[in-house]
Amino acid sequence: MSRVVITGVGLTSPNGNNLSEFRKALLTNKSGITHEEIRHVGKVAAGVCDFDEFKYQKKKTRKRGTRAGSTAIYCAHEAVIDSGLDFNEADKSRMGVYLGITEHGNVETEQEIHDLYNDHEMDVTLWSHHHNPRTVSNAPAGEVALNMKITGPAYTIGAACAGGNMGLIQAYQMLMLGDVDFALAGGISESVRTFGIFAAFDSQGALGKHDNPELASRPLDENRNGIVISEGGAIFTLERLEDAEKRGAKIYGEITGYHTNSDATDFVLPNSERQIQCMQAALKRAKLDFKDIDLVNMHATGTPSGDTIECEAVSSVFGYSENTYINCTKGFIGHTMGAAGALELAGNLPSFEDGVIHPCKKIENLDPKCSLKNLVNGEPLKKEVNNILNNSFGMLGINSALIVSKYIK
Amino acid sequence: MTEVEVKDAIVKIIADVAMDEDVTSIDASASLRDELDLDSMDFLDIVMELKKRHKITVPQEEYSELATLDSCVKYLTPKFQ
Repeated sequence: MSRVVITGVGLTSPNGNNLSEFRKALLTNKSGITHEEIRHVGKVAAGVCDFDEFKYQKKKTRKRGTRAGSTAIYCAHEAVIDSGLDFNEADKSRMGVYLGITEHGNVETEQEIHDLYNDHEMDVTLWSHHHNPRTVSNAPAGEVALNMKITGPAYTIGAACAGGNMGLIQAYQMLMLGDVDFALAGGISESVRTFGIFAAFDSQGALGKHDNPELASRPLDENRNGIVISEGGAIFTLERLEDAEKRGAKIYGEITGYHTNSDATDFVLPNSERQIQCMQAALKRAKLDFKDIDLVNMHATGTPSGDTIECEAVSSVFGYSENTYINCTKGFIGHTMGAAGALELAGNLPSFEDGVIHPCKKIENLDPKCSLKNLVNGEPLKKEVNNILNNSFGMLGINSALIVSKYIK
Repeated sequence: MTEVEVKDAIVKIIADVAMDEDVTSIDASASLRDELDLDSMDFLDIVMELKKRHKITVPQEEYSELATLDSCVKYLTPKFQ
């Protein structure tokens, strides 16, 4: 049976534009959250990326496309370069692009409606002909295929905030099926550019706020008050092990297990029982015992109920493991929505090599209901890491758990 | 507007649409499509900008009048009046 490995990483996060910067930020307590002025909403904490949009894309195609597409193009190029693949010589028809998204099209639609009301006096003949290609849900993946002349399958996976993990799971499956030989997979989000998502979380009482924006995203803190919305992207190159070995590629890790399931209980509230089932099924697929997991990266968005429910689930699965340590990433970067699963996995991947677990951003007042054993809080922890379980959950009750292991020949 | 003023207005639009291309030395008699690597979406952008900025409508059957800078000026000058 084939094995699937990660051979390259390209990312942009509110606190770093490549893996090395991002990892350093997570180890040195560097936040990427700032106060931003959001149309109709006002000043609000958010995570915005500052990668160079024109490093791999012309101005004209950027104007024609979307922020999500531009983010994906940047991450995809960076991942391919990092992988060391001779891209020009590679068979583009055997490459796949699989990107998880929370949503797509809100940013572009809101902009058109804004222009229609404010600049175009409701004249719909001025509605942009670019609207449709910008808002089709495959846009971020399609823009990568167009830009890089990849002729294999390129599509997105709509999976709410489990999107990043789901992109990787899809790629794993396609590689195992033999449908492609090389995959660009992960998650992308441009959500920070739509006021609707801020307004909706605010209406729900779930928008993270604080006078100091760096304290607005406080997963597991007793005083947490909601989600900080961020943008970002992380794309990995994935290959079957034999292909990676043949070309002498650097191997970051191996995908050894995953599971996805559905709560089937509520539109927005998570369900700890289903989360437990999801993590346990991922362990079973990986043929690992819960004690074999060295690090669990929580989804932990900073909502009062969501964090508590996930802590119940994580505690239930790993509470009796002395070996398993827990961290979460959103205190540093907010919730990067469709990118979250992939980006947060990227932040932990170097642990296989450097034997360090990055901490949660310092939790000053740990919620007693979130008082997990072996929570890595505020300071990095030296520990050999062989297996990481990465949680990502989303609205409408989608759960995903992905297990990545240190590559052993 | 004079033909020179019309030409300037058209070049401004073309520059905003072409973005990456240098429009300062366009051969006015050459095909814009070839010279500036414009495609059909770009021509739709030019038509849209004419409408937004100057309230000029170009019917679809007359798009071919926009083939070169010279033909644009000749075709659009009466519409700018």
